[in-house]
Amino acid sequence: MSEQAAYRPGELEAEAQAADNRSRWMLALPAVVIITLAAAGPLMVMVVYSFLTPGDYGNVVWKFSLEGWMNTLVQRDIFDDTLIWADAHLSIFWRSFSLSLITTVLTLIFGVPTAWFIATQPPGKREFWLFLITVPFWTNLLVRTIAIQELLRSEGVINLVLLKLGIIDAPIQMMFTNFAIGFGMTYVYLPLMVLPVYAAVDKLDFRLVEAAHDLYAGRWTAFRRVILPLIKPGIIAGSILVFIPSLGAYVTPRVLGGGKNLMFGNLIELQFGQGRNWPLGAALSLMLMAAVMIALMWYVRVTSREQSDG
Amino acid sequence: MAESRMQKPPKGYSVRTLPGFAIVAIFTLITLYAPIAILVMFSFNAGTSMAIWEGFSLRWYQQAVANEAVQDAAMRSLFLALVAASVATVAATMAAMATTRTRHFPGKTMIYALINQPLMVPEIVTAVALLIVFAAIKVWTGHTSMIYLIVAHTAFCVPFAYLPIRARLETMDLSLETAAQDLYASRWLTFRRVTLPLMWPGIVAGLMLAFVISLDDVVITEFVKSAGQETLPTYMLGQLRRVVTPEVNAISTVILLAGAILVSLFFRLTSKRG
Repeated sequence: MSEQAAYRPGELEAEAQAADNRSRWMLALPAVVIITLAAAGPLMVMVVYSFLTPGDYGNVVWKFSLEGWMNTLVQRDIFDDTLIWADAHLSIFWRSFSLSLITTVLTLIFGVPTAWFIATQPPGKREFWLFLITVPFWTNLLVRTIAIQELLRSEGVINLVLLKLGIIDAPIQMMFTNFAIGFGMTYVYLPLMVLPVYAAVDKLDFRLVEAAHDLYAGRWTAFRRVILPLIKPGIIAGSILVFIPSLGAYVTPRVLGGGKNLMFGNLIELQFGQGRNWPLGAALSLMLMAAVMIALMWYVRVTSREQSDG
Repeated sequence: MAESRMQKPPKGYSVRTLPGFAIVAIFTLITLYAPIAILVMFSFNAGTSMAIWEGFSLRWYQQAVANEAVQDAAMRSLFLALVAASVATVAATMAAMATTRTRHFPGKTMIYALINQPLMVPEIVTAVALLIVFAAIKVWTGHTSMIYLIVAHTAFCVPFAYLPIRARLETMDLSLETAAQDLYASRWLTFRRVTLPLMWPGIVAGLMLAFVISLDDVVITEFVKSAGQETLPTYMLGQLRRVVTPEVNAISTVILLAGAILVSLFFRLTSKRG
């Protein structure tokens, strides 16, 4: 009998496979440890904190409490201790949601034609145009927000030009408004719409558009009935890529919205600053995370349905 | 539209043009660059205005360079980005090698999800979660060095370094490594002489991306930093509360320039095939 016969069939292979798995895990270990320590782990700790009692000077007291979660939606009336809706929070949720939606629509309006324009350029020129879109995306978000701030200020370029032209008599207050936040977010997140839509138009089979024209469809009908359904995956991807960071935006609303026009992210920060209510801040953070997850799940469902349809 | 249905399409008719799209696209591209152009322009303004041109001068750059707080923040930003990006790139390279070019193995999905986790969660959420944990550690140990910022930056840099390295590995030709091993190269020698040189452009691209991401970060830094640990972005954010002078424009211009150079290099590295 040969020595190999001592092994059952497939045993060596299974052992080699197990060794391979072990070495792969060892290789991935540093990345796994770093992210567990400084990203995933702290999120778990935050879940615990959302169920604790706020300390008087910030931080927490280690006593179980549901106040943090309750305070996200309701608050106690300071006089008779009844529960009333936390209107301030509700209006901030609404502002975050509606401004994110408006931002998504605006980036669609400007982003789709831009993506189309780039994708229909001659192949040699496309990379240049694409580069022009991508550079602002990778440049500092704070710097781009500052650029918008300087434009919108009362003594900024827009007001100055309008005054010079005699269109207005006094500067328009644009900073610290919802308009400023929406404008700023559209500006900073626009590349996130253009890139996926570009990828979709790039893959578009133009023979189908020609077929539509041959069948007497006008440009508009061809766009609506043929092109739009074909580039829909790119449009959905772009919308999600814009909507999610808008919902969680912090820097842009802080710089352009000021202290009055808070968004979700700024409300969270407030609880760790002047609000001194860490459990509420933790609960709000988890709510925001849940909202993002819902948006992502919706995206996964829609795209998997699209794929099974196709 | 002008083309009636029965008419022969006019010369130059293309199904690729849609009416108005080019105009919107050009308008969008101009709008994308105009605010940045104005910001850069007024960094060279002789006056204190950011809307009225009063002549060319480098005074705001001189002022920024001479400002000790700016020097301090700039040095800290560079140090942080260098350390965090380097560590993240090493970890990401190893993780990319672990998760590519294999069939499914137990835990692969988990590793993949974990690495991409920082991309899925809003930054402000990660920032306050880190604040909670690090505040407790800072109170407990009394230790407030840069290590917190380094660890936090490394973590969110990992997925950015991972993406280009993984992309590179997936397009690489396995047969070269098989050939090396057929020629009796040890695993280590194969890695050092064949695999590593092949994946090098991906690694450098990952390093640069991670560097830019760390250099630009403001939200997580703002919540993790201890007193006196300003980076350039948090310094600028703090300045915005006061009377803003074109000094901010000058710093912004330098950051823009550094970012643009790194991104251009990144493009060259990743667009070259083979």
